[in-house]
Amino acid sequence: MSTTLKYEEKQLKIVGTRPARPDGVDKVTGRARFGADYNLPGQLIGKALRSPHAHARIVSIDVSAALALPGVKAVVTRDDFAEMPDEMAPVGELMINFRDVTRNMMAREKVLYDGHPLAAVAATSESVARAALALIKVEYEVLPHVIDVVEAMRPDAPLLNENQYTQGVKPKPERPSNIAKRLEFGRGDVAAGFAQADVIVEREFNTKPVHQGYIEPQACLASYSADGQAELWTATQGQFVFRAQCAKVLQMDVSKIRVTPTEIGGGFGGKNNIYNEPLAIALSRKSNRPVKMVMTREEVFRATGPTPGANVRVKLGATRDGRITAAEAVLNFQAGAFPGSPVNQASMCAFTRYDLANVHVVGNDVVVNRPKVAAYRAPGAPIAVLGVESVIDEMAKKLGIDPIEFRLKNAAKEGTQTYYGPKLGPIGYVQTLEAARAHAHYRAPLGPNQGRGVATGFWFNIGNETTCSLNLQEDGSLTLLLGVIDVAGGSRASLSMMVAEELGIELDRVRPVIGDTSSLGFNFLTAGSRGTFAGGMAAVVAARNLIEKMRQRVAKVREVPVEAVAWKDGRAQPADASVAQFEPMTLTELARMGGKTGGTMAGHAEINAQGAGPGFGTHIVDVEVDRETGAVKILRYTVVQDVGKAIHPAYVEGQMQGGATQGIGWALNEEYVYGADGILQNPGFLDYRVPVASDLPHIDTVIVEVPNPNHPYGVRGCGEVPIIAPMAAIANAIENATGVRLTQQPFSPPRVLKALEGAGKAQG
Amino acid sequence: MRYEAPKTLEQAIALLAGANGRARVLAGGTDLVIQMRSGRAEPELLVDIKGIPELRSLAAEAGGYRVGAAVTCMELIEHAAFAKAWPGIIDGVKYIGSIQVKGRATMGGNLCNASPAADSVPALIAAGAIACIAGPKGRREAPVEEVVTGPGKTTLAGGELVLSFLLPRRQPRSGDAYLRFTPRSEMDIAVVGAGVNLTLGAKGVCSAARVSLGAVAARALLVPEAAAALLGSKVDAAALERLAAAASAACRPIDDKRGTKEFRIKVAGVMARRAAAIALERARGQN
Repeated sequence: MSTTLKYEEKQLKIVGTRPARPDGVDKVTGRARFGADYNLPGQLIGKALRSPHAHARIVSIDVSAALALPGVKAVVTRDDFAEMPDEMAPVGELMINFRDVTRNMMAREKVLYDGHPLAAVAATSESVARAALALIKVEYEVLPHVIDVVEAMRPDAPLLNENQYTQGVKPKPERPSNIAKRLEFGRGDVAAGFAQADVIVEREFNTKPVHQGYIEPQACLASYSADGQAELWTATQGQFVFRAQCAKVLQMDVSKIRVTPTEIGGGFGGKNNIYNEPLAIALSRKSNRPVKMVMTREEVFRATGPTPGANVRVKLGATRDGRITAAEAVLNFQAGAFPGSPVNQASMCAFTRYDLANVHVVGNDVVVNRPKVAAYRAPGAPIAVLGVESVIDEMAKKLGIDPIEFRLKNAAKEGTQTYYGPKLGPIGYVQTLEAARAHAHYRAPLGPNQGRGVATGFWFNIGNETTCSLNLQEDGSLTLLLGVIDVAGGSRASLSMMVAEELGIELDRVRPVIGDTSSLGFNFLTAGSRGTFAGGMAAVVAARNLIEKMRQRVAKVREVPVEAVAWKDGRAQPADASVAQFEPMTLTELARMGGKTGGTMAGHAEINAQGAGPGFGTHIVDVEVDRETGAVKILRYTVVQDVGKAIHPAYVEGQMQGGATQGIGWALNEEYVYGADGILQNPGFLDYRVPVASDLPHIDTVIVEVPNPNHPYGVRGCGEVPIIAPMAAIANAIENATGVRLTQQPFSPPRVLKALEGAGKAQG
Repeated sequence: MRYEAPKTLEQAIALLAGANGRARVLAGGTDLVIQMRSGRAEPELLVDIKGIPELRSLAAEAGGYRVGAAVTCMELIEHAAFAKAWPGIIDGVKYIGSIQVKGRATMGGNLCNASPAADSVPALIAAGAIACIAGPKGRREAPVEEVVTGPGKTTLAGGELVLSFLLPRRQPRSGDAYLRFTPRSEMDIAVVGAGVNLTLGAKGVCSAARVSLGAVAARALLVPEAAAALLGSKVDAAALERLAAAASAACRPIDDKRGTKEFRIKVAGVMARRAAAIALERARGQN
């Protein structure tokens, strides 16, 4: 059974306003406690030994010298963890396989990337732990490695997994391959569609892996008791999912692990997966002491999941009058050391902004000697969309049609059949295009070497299992206990606002708290832009559940039928003049007498939220290109997005600005740089260049609200859509400024200068 | 590891000389502390020089300025008279990290860390700054361009440290500038840096010039051929093009994660030309 609550249009008092967030003061005063801020008496410091090779067989691991070092209390290796069979589980939009999870957290047969952990120590201090790591003797048989996705797909490429045969190919291939899976989506007849086309554009694109850029490195503290119970404090996007993953790889009962989520210093999909957590629990179990593990930034870069790099080919056909007749794409995605890239999502997102009769998309999920990829805000979509929206732009130019007009001619709308499954419900894509076209930015004059680009993005958004409790306290104030992690986007604020709106009370009467795994039932992690959609639906269900209980209590106390009791303006009142009349009761009065009239009251929600509304956005960007250095400056940026309903518009704008900012970094400078030796060259924020504030203009936002019919306030979710379009919009703007189309991300100065020189468009 | 904060130069030199090469001088610590955290530097002795008054002093001398090696970048930026006399040096120190980092970082540390990409060094070389060095054998002077020999390597002998920089008296109609190229607008490390210092005669003809390039060789370079392109000219477009060509020709860069050889060679000319144009404007403004 799943839950949807239908959208109802109503007068709003709190939803749509901009109050300060409940977690704000602690954050700006430094009092908020993040992962590394937790400590326990007697704790040890855990550190992991990491592979210095991109690919090697582990011949032997000798930890005896490390164990003999004074201060070392425990060492764990592959021998301390069970072999896991193939078993899939969801994390956000992506799937994981426990066979691979256990090998990623602690290498078994082979190390598969620079930074792959293969032992961990717990010691009385960090310096002792580091000294112990240096004493672990590992014998490696170094193997040839492969870093690039196209090279990894070649039949003679070094194999990461000799037992991996490409899934999705019939008959089963005779030889193993780095291509873990081939998938295909489509509808119509692409060959016939291209035959109808007057103009065909085909291009190939290459992108590098990029990091989510969360500021807080992964940090956790574990305490395993002699009775077999474990406690874990960790910065996570999903305390219940982390608990489930730890229980599985440690072969413990789920109920014997209690995970308390800390404040999280950014996640963006990067904190959906366990890394040090099971190692810390295992070290605590072995040492009988609490164990704290905090990654260095270098460890974060070398060993946690970025989003993949990819090789993408896109082919588009259209008629002279601007109708797309056929669309084709091949997406080759790096999964990292284990299968599971977001190529599935990227394949579905590639063209789903357009109403197309003939589509064919092939995706390949390819393993390479890099860390296993993780989710990153609309996983995979920006990569596919760079290709598609670049080709769309080029096609519009060839046809002599304004790029927004070309998109409008082919735009998806309510009732459009997607090529991956459902028909689209009410969506706001056309509205975002029209709002962008009407925006002053779209007509502003441009100077020399300046150009303007437009691109659009689509994301599904998701719902899933969600829990919360709304406890009416004895003074009439309320505690909203949430299973949904607030990944800093402000969901504590927006969920409290929906509760206050439902109850008709002041917002500061509702105190939101994120619950640990023992306080609520299973709640899926915060991913897929589900926090405000699913969390909001659960909060509304819990509020309505509490209202129902309060109506029943009033009916009992006032001795009237329950139908005679209505909840209005924060009070129980007679439903109307025709029913039994009684003295109204406020929330405070109800709370005070609750204990004596049947017990305290609370609302609960344990739902599987369904009916997430797809989100669409249109971005406009102006750039200036320095033809002597290849530097690209972002002059002006406007994000237009349909969010369904902005519960807290300031935080929705923040999501739109933040997504655009990350997309700008992705476009211009971010990339993992590997040497010929397969070792990561830039594991830090000096040489992995996220944008700084002075790189960016003010990012203007336009919120479009086409309500999601399947949410009581019309929420769609807004966190992922804004990162999808920036890369393509910037590529289109650079082309508009210079006449040169860039197809190799990032569009960093050396690449831009080389492309300009190649086209005879450089200066100096 | 031992930490010492001597109050006199003699004590500092004695500590350094007695440490058998296992000591490091701590000025602002903005490079050294990071190297220690990452394990790249593991000194047995840290000699903090910030307690020695001479190294913390910024004063007029011989019509110019003497800047202590441990004077912070923010102190230089906020020193109005110095900043007016040597705006190119201010350009350089302004690029060093965030405001917080500039509140700690020093030109002495920037030089002695011996990174080819140090931002204040090409500006100091172009300015003709002289480093005053002290050690067990007494004091000596060296042009800044002769202090660093390669990445992490200097001509400082055991027990020696840089005390101060002497900036010469400014001639009328002089201007200097430093520009660097980085992918980001700040909080970054130079892919190419160019410092230009020039003086105009009464008729606007360039009578003196020094050009220095950073991040295009194993150490910051003084490029006399580039300066020669300006001498005797009115620093017109043709002279600037010759300067750019000479600057590019002087580069001996490497390919690395921060930039390719060909990119650095091309952009070195561009940065030198643009820095010269700023220096020219500043020199004209000093009429």
